Amino acid sequence: MNIANTVKITPALVAEHGLKPDEYERILKLIGREPSITELGIFSAMWNEHCSYKSSKVHLKTLPVAGKIVIQGPGENAGVIDIGDGLACIFKMESHNHPSFIEPYQGATTGVGGILRDVFTMGARPIACLNALRFGSPDHPRTRHLVSGVVAGIAGYGNSFGVPTVAGSVGFHSRYDGNILVNAMAVGIAETDKIFYAKATGVGLPVVYLGSKTGRDGIHGATMASAEFGEGAEEKRPTVQVGDPFAEKLLLEACLEIMAKGCVVAIQDMGAAGLTCSAVEMGAKGDLGITLDLEKVPVREEAMSAYEMMLSESQERMLMVLKPGKEAEAEAIFTKWGLDFAIVGYTTDTLRFLIRHNGEEMADLPIKELGDQAPEYNRPFTESKKLPVIDAASVPAPKSLADALEKLIASPDLCSKRWVWEQYDHLILNNTVQRPGGDAAVVRVQDGPKALALCTDVTPRYCEADPFEGGKQAVAECWRNLTAVGATPLAITDNLNFGNPERPEIMGQFVGCIRGIKEACLALNFPVVSGNVSLYNETQGRGILPTPTIGGVGLLADFNNSASIAFKASGEAVLVLGDTRGWLGQSAYLATVLGREEGAPPPVDLAAEKCAGDLVRDLIAKGRVTAVHDCSDGGLLVAIAEMAMAGNIGATLELSPGGIPPHAFWFGEDQARYVVTAPALALPEIEAAAKAAGVAALRLGLTGGEELTLPGERPISVAQLKKRHESWLPDYMAGGN
Amino acid sequence: MNAAVVLFPGSNREGDVASAIKRISGKTANIVWHADSELPSGTDLVVLPGGFSYGDYLRCGAIAARAPIMNAVRAHAERGGLVLGICNGFQILCEAQLLPGVLQRNAKLRFMCKEVYLRVERSDTPYTRRYNAGDVLKIPVAHGEGNYTADKETIERLEGDGRVLFRYVSPEGKTDAAWNYNGATNAIAGILSEKLNVLGLMPHPENHVDPAIGPTDGRGLFESIKSVLEAA
Repeated sequence: MNIANTVKITPALVAEHGLKPDEYERILKLIGREPSITELGIFSAMWNEHCSYKSSKVHLKTLPVAGKIVIQGPGENAGVIDIGDGLACIFKMESHNHPSFIEPYQGATTGVGGILRDVFTMGARPIACLNALRFGSPDHPRTRHLVSGVVAGIAGYGNSFGVPTVAGSVGFHSRYDGNILVNAMAVGIAETDKIFYAKATGVGLPVVYLGSKTGRDGIHGATMASAEFGEGAEEKRPTVQVGDPFAEKLLLEACLEIMAKGCVVAIQDMGAAGLTCSAVEMGAKGDLGITLDLEKVPVREEAMSAYEMMLSESQERMLMVLKPGKEAEAEAIFTKWGLDFAIVGYTTDTLRFLIRHNGEEMADLPIKELGDQAPEYNRPFTESKKLPVIDAASVPAPKSLADALEKLIASPDLCSKRWVWEQYDHLILNNTVQRPGGDAAVVRVQDGPKALALCTDVTPRYCEADPFEGGKQAVAECWRNLTAVGATPLAITDNLNFGNPERPEIMGQFVGCIRGIKEACLALNFPVVSGNVSLYNETQGRGILPTPTIGGVGLLADFNNSASIAFKASGEAVLVLGDTRGWLGQSAYLATVLGREEGAPPPVDLAAEKCAGDLVRDLIAKGRVTAVHDCSDGGLLVAIAEMAMAGNIGATLELSPGGIPPHAFWFGEDQARYVVTAPALALPEIEAAAKAAGVAALRLGLTGGEELTLPGERPISVAQLKKRHESWLPDYMAGGN
Repeated sequence: MNAAVVLFPGSNREGDVASAIKRISGKTANIVWHADSELPSGTDLVVLPGGFSYGDYLRCGAIAARAPIMNAVRAHAERGGLVLGICNGFQILCEAQLLPGVLQRNAKLRFMCKEVYLRVERSDTPYTRRYNAGDVLKIPVAHGEGNYTADKETIERLEGDGRVLFRYVSPEGKTDAAWNYNGATNAIAGILSEKLNVLGLMPHPENHVDPAIGPTDGRGLFESIKSVLEAA
């Protein structure tokens, strides 16, 4: 071994690299000597939480990942499912939380860029982006700045890259004050027999570097993202990368062209931990060694060391293993698009990761132990305490249901997010059948009639109160939203955002949510095909609300048969399908109107969920219902108000049934429910079908007029409601409220 | 209709406009690479599509305006050929000085994707003969820098010569600052060259031609072009 150790490896230096003493011991044992600084950097990059999933892997393994439609489950750049007719849908969601808090525009931008790369690396042309954003309390002095920067960043990247951003969610809570969440999802389409993987095969093949040049930006980005924030988080700005959507658009076109020409054996994008992670994954997955000669790497800064090159997170770069003899053809395509192309190494049969720089060996490490045999922990956890069920009768009623409704629909969480999604180009590519603002976006595939339904969901306050039920609910709501537009839910990607896993109570939240997700996925036949874990979302010892975001994909055979939330005509019946019991624990009513986040969240009966969903999907397919809306945050009255505002048509509602306090009936958040409308003629058939399916069907009133009227309440003008619903966010961002 | 859609690095609505052309004329547009120096022979319509050519670096459209293909586009325009610049294409036409004025950042300094209302100011042009003057169209915009302006004399000349073809208006067809989202001078959404053969506009008629996706008010523009070229 002839690797020069120019820097003394001290315990402090090891700690700075985010490696624990026992992990360093493991390194010493593994290589039988002290690592060089470059090697220490490589271990730090591969064994951090973000890249190795060391705290989460043991639990992630329990999730259901198989299914008839699954072509590729977790472990690749993105998940792949079969959507028929020789087409595959490739999708994944990933977080960019820490960078976005430090530098919101660039953090969000590179989050979108990274997830798009994950999808087109596999050979798919991206057709849609989604996101899920969580910000701190609106009162927090940084919140406006963060909302403004993150939204502009997502827009700046997606709009320029040329993919529509079609759906998402935005929420606020003081627990995100020091640690916002930016989860970005990308969805692409490829032919099922033209999917590309990271696994390299064949010895002595050229390893090619493509895309933008390497600079000193983002060094240790993944390590930063694997630690909690202390004071001075803003000083970490140099670890945030800078995105260039123009370069990425060129990279997309060049990669798809090179793939179509049959030049590619394996491909991996350079995301977290850049060159290190991409090379190790390609080698480790293919049981091959990789040798790199760093002087061949295109750089944009002078005198970069091996350490810096291996840890740079410069954006818009790819690593590829080419078929022999295809070098010239591939290079011509990249030159045409004005991108760098360099053969930087080759595959070997040694299972070693060998790094040379100007002929000198800088690192020589076992590739499997760096990659798929990284450390794994089964961290201790304590289960979250169950909270008491709140008796609805004990919860004070509002003076007026109408006032409470107006307060809810103009609250930060339930107000219209138009201010956000109008900054996203949601129309480009001409396939957006259902735009943002409904239960799920509907995006036509190629020329149709096939279409995908897409959405992201999670209710963090439920997860905090009961991780298991909250995990179930996130999956169930996603499944419900896809169902509500008429789609058959196919599969999910999960983005698990939690606090510090070294604290047993946080690990307990994580384990609880995973169990809930697992149970719901099994019951609803809704496998997890890709995902991302983001831990250490804490600032000064205070964790975020547990937030397992679920991104779902559903399939519509014909987009002409999709349903939407808007009331369509006057004189139609409004019904709720599914059982209403008036569950107020952890409801938006309790939190927003009464300022109390208390009690157990609504339990999710997965069998009931399945029955109600299958019934609704069938009614939509048969054209029996005219509008459909998932009933969730804010309960029945908020759902009805949203349908009225979307259709500019009011409704006259009947007296709520006895036995449930009216405010619990109208604002309770019982799960497994849908609000639908139908012409009178269709009612007998709908009610018979519901009865046969064992799903409660209750008539609530009739559509019509320009107001929502409830017995004994002042009439609520739909136009006025809409004004309040639409104005909170723009007013807030303009400095008001 | 033999359309050539120019593809610059960073263009991203070339597919949308090509599919609108196909839908309305039945003919497939040629996609022409920015580094080429000639248009395909027989080209009778050049389209500069939307997108972020060269990443909007320097200024929107500034680098694309100097691409090799632009000499051929200029020559085509000088011969009286039709040139349609949409969104980034409009910005490129201004930078290439095929149209006067500039497109500044939107008054609210944010990117904006939404349906707006446009009034057709005259119907005796190659782009609007299938509309009536005064028609109000619902067409989407998707831009961050669409706030049109020019010096006072230029604006007066454009207005005096009837070269303002589309204006942002209320649903009832009235000019109103509240409906002029990007803050354009005189609510200008699209202008013509002196010979009326070059049109630049910020909104995207190509995104409103398919009833499955939304309104179809954009069809008239492509139908007008088709009827002019087929009559020629």
